[in-house]
Amino acid sequence: MQTQFVLDDVVTVLGPDGVADPATDPKLPGETAVKLFKHMLFTRLLDERLVLLQRQGRIGFHIGSLGEEACILGPAAALGDDDWIWPCYREFGALLLRGMPLQTYLDNMYGNANDAVKGRQMPDHYSGRPYKFGSVSSPIGTQITQAVGFSWAAKMKGDPSVSLVFFGEGATSSSEFHNGMNFAGVYKTPTVFLCRNNGWAISVPAANQTASQTFAQKAFAYGMTAVRADGNDLLAMIKVTRDAIERGRRGEGPTLIEAITHRLSGHSTSDDPKAYRNEAEMAAERAKDPMPRMRAYVVAQGLWDDTQEKAWTEQVDGEIKRAVEAAEKAPAPALHTMFEDVYATQPWHLAEQQAEAERAPRPAGHGGGGGGH
Amino acid sequence: MPQMNMVQAINDALRLELKRDPRVVLLGEDIGKVGGVFRVTQDLYKEFGADRVIDTPLSEGGIIGAAIGMALYGLRPVPEIQFSDFIFPAFDQIVSELAKFRYRSGGEFPAKMVIRTPVGGGIRGGHYHSQSPEAYFIHTPGLKVVCPSNPYDAKGLLLAALRDDDPVMFFEPKRVYRAARSEVPEGDYTVPLSQAKVVRPGQHVTVLAWGAMLYEAIEAANQAAAQGVDTEVIDLRTLWPVDIDTIVASVKKTGRVVVVHEAPKTCGFGAELIALINEKAFLHLEAPPVRVTGYDTPFPYTLEMDYLPLAGRILPALIETARY
Ligand SMILES: Cc1ncc(C[n+]2csc(CCOP(=O)(O)OP(=O)(O)O)c2C)c(N)n1
Ligand SMILES: [Mg+2]
Repeated sequence: MQTQFVLDDVVTVLGPDGVADPATDPKLPGETAVKLFKHMLFTRLLDERLVLLQRQGRIGFHIGSLGEEACILGPAAALGDDDWIWPCYREFGALLLRGMPLQTYLDNMYGNANDAVKGRQMPDHYSGRPYKFGSVSSPIGTQITQAVGFSWAAKMKGDPSVSLVFFGEGATSSSEFHNGMNFAGVYKTPTVFLCRNNGWAISVPAANQTASQTFAQKAFAYGMTAVRADGNDLLAMIKVTRDAIERGRRGEGPTLIEAITHRLSGHSTSDDPKAYRNEAEMAAERAKDPMPRMRAYVVAQGLWDDTQEKAWTEQVDGEIKRAVEAAEKAPAPALHTMFEDVYATQPWHLAEQQAEAERAPRPAGHGGGGGGH
Repeated sequence: MPQMNMVQAINDALRLELKRDPRVVLLGEDIGKVGGVFRVTQDLYKEFGADRVIDTPLSEGGIIGAAIGMALYGLRPVPEIQFSDFIFPAFDQIVSELAKFRYRSGGEFPAKMVIRTPVGGGIRGGHYHSQSPEAYFIHTPGLKVVCPSNPYDAKGLLLAALRDDDPVMFFEPKRVYRAARSEVPEGDYTVPLSQAKVVRPGQHVTVLAWGAMLYEAIEAANQAAAQGVDTEVIDLRTLWPVDIDTIVASVKKTGRVVVVHEAPKTCGFGAELIALINEKAFLHLEAPPVRVTGYDTPFPYTLEMDYLPLAGRILPALIETARY
C-alpha cells in the first residue's frame, strides 16, 4: 500500500472532555460557540420530535441527522453569507441555521398549503433559495455535479461565492460523484465536497462501497486537496471547512472533506436497523455523540450551564409544539397547485387536465405510513 | 395451497430459481443481509451466500453494467433497482447496451437478465418513490416489460421471465406488495409472458389495466354494473410484447375501450394501446377510446390520490364511454 495516497490524519479539535487543541482550534467567539451549541440542541430536539410525529402517523416520513449534527452544522457555520449549500437530505439543521423559519420547515414536513414547495415533495425535501440553500432531490448524488456547475459559473462571473455540497459516503459510488470531482478538478471550481461518512448507506456498510482505505484519498486521483476530519467534532468541522472555503476563494480549487461520523438512528423512519446492526456497536457509537462533546466545551468555557439548558429546552419544546399545531391546522394545497410550475406558463394540455381534475370526484386523503427511503 | 402476498410470492420464485439454476445471481442495493428495503429478497442471502445475493455499491449504472457483463459470460443476473425512480442512472446501460446487445452483435452476444424494480405510487413516496416509467422501456426495442397485479401471477411471471431468453423489465407494483394475498402453489409453475387475462368478462365496454390500477378498474367496473354498464376488465400482465389478440377480441366485442395507467398521459403506454386498437379494430369502435391516467405533472406528494386514476375517476369514463 502506498501510504502517501492514504490520509492517516484525522483533524480533531475537541477532546471528549471538551478541551480544544490550541493548534487547530478555530477560536470561535463565545457568543458563536453558544449559538451553535444551542442550534445543535435545537436540531436534536426537533429531530426526536419528528420521529415521534411519524410514529404517531402525523407526518409521513422523516430522515434525520441524529449523531451527524456536528458535520452538518459545522460546515454550514463556516460559510460566508454569500456562499451556497447544496444539500443531500439530512441537512435540515443547516437550513434552519441559515435562517429558514421553523414554521416553514414544518409546513414542508406536513406538505400543507403553506409549504414553500406546495406539498409536491416528500417530507424533508425542502428548497431554500432565500437561504442560499438548494432543493433536495431523492436520487443519490445528483446535487454533486450541480454544485460544481454552480460554483464554476460563480467563478466565471468573478463572484467570490463558494459552494458546499453535502453527500453521504454511499454517494461516492455514484457516477455523479466521479463526474463532479473530475469537473471540479479540471476547472478548479470553488467547491467544497463534504462527504458525511456515517458508516452506512441504509444497510450497506461503508466497506462495501469502496476498496480505498479512506474516502478522502479519492481526491488525489482528481487532483484536488483532501482532508479527513472528526465529523463528531463541531470545531474540527468548522476548522477544515473554513480552510477549504478560503482555498476555494483564493482560486486554489476544490477540496474533498471526509467527515467521520455515525448515524445514531435508522436510515430514516422507514428503516429498522436491528436487521443489520448490533447493539454493542451502536452503543460504542452513541458514546461518541457530538452533542455532549460540544456541551463539555461550552460548559468548560463558562458559557453554558444546566439552568440555561433547561430553559432553552423548554423554549424549543414550546416553539416546536406551536409550529406543529399551526402546520397541522393548515389545509392541504389546493388542487390547481398540482398543475402549476410544470412549465413557466401552463400549456393547453395541462389547462385541460386541470379542468378535468377539478370536475373529478375528490378521493379520501391518504393516511399513515411513508413510503420513501 | 399456501396464501402469500406478492413480496412472499416473488421471494419464493427467486428462491426456487436460485436453487434450480446455478447461473442465477441477485445483485442490488440492500438486497443481502437486510433482504431489500421491501424485504423481497429476505433470507436469500442467508441461504445462498454473498456470492449469489450481492449487496453492491450505490450505483445503478454499475449494477446494470456489471450485470450485462455477467450475462455475456453466461450467468443469469437478476439485478434489483431499489425503486424504479432510481433506474435512470442505469438508463444508458439498459437502453444503449442491454436492449441492443443481441441485435448489434448479430446474435453473438445475447444479454439475458431480469431487472426487478418496484413501481408506482399511492404509498406517500412523492416525486421519487412513486413513478411508473414503463413507457420508456416499452419504447426501447429489445426489452420485454412485465407488471403483475397479484401474488400468483407475480411468481409465475417471474419464473417465466427468468427462463425467457430476452432481457425483461419486471415492474413490481409496490402498493400491492403486501395489500393483496392469494393462493400461490408451492412448487414450480409459470404464467406465460405475453398473455393477458380477462379478469372480469363484460359486454359493454373494455377496460385495460395492470399492476395496482387493476384493482381500481375492477372497483369501477363493479360500481358501473350498478348503473347497468357491463365492463370487461383485462389485466395485461405483460405490457410488451402485449397480448394484442385478447385486446382486439375484446374491443371487437364491446366496441368501446378505456385504458388506465398511473404514468402521465402523454406518450404513456395508453397512447400506444389506443393506436394499436385504431389500427386493428377501428371499424368496430362505437366510441372514442379514452385514457384515465396520471396527469402530465411530476408525481405529487400530498395530492397523490388526486393524481392517481382511482376508481372514482375511472367510473365516469366507463359510463360515458358505454353510453356514447
Ligand atoms: C440513485 C439512487 N439509488 C438509490 C437510492 C435509495 N437510497 C436512498 S438513501 C440511500 C443510501 C445513501 O447512503 P449515503 O450516501 O451514505 O448517505 P446517508 O443516508 O448515509 O446519509 C439509498 C441507497 C436513491 N435515493 N437514489
Ligand atoms: Mg452513509
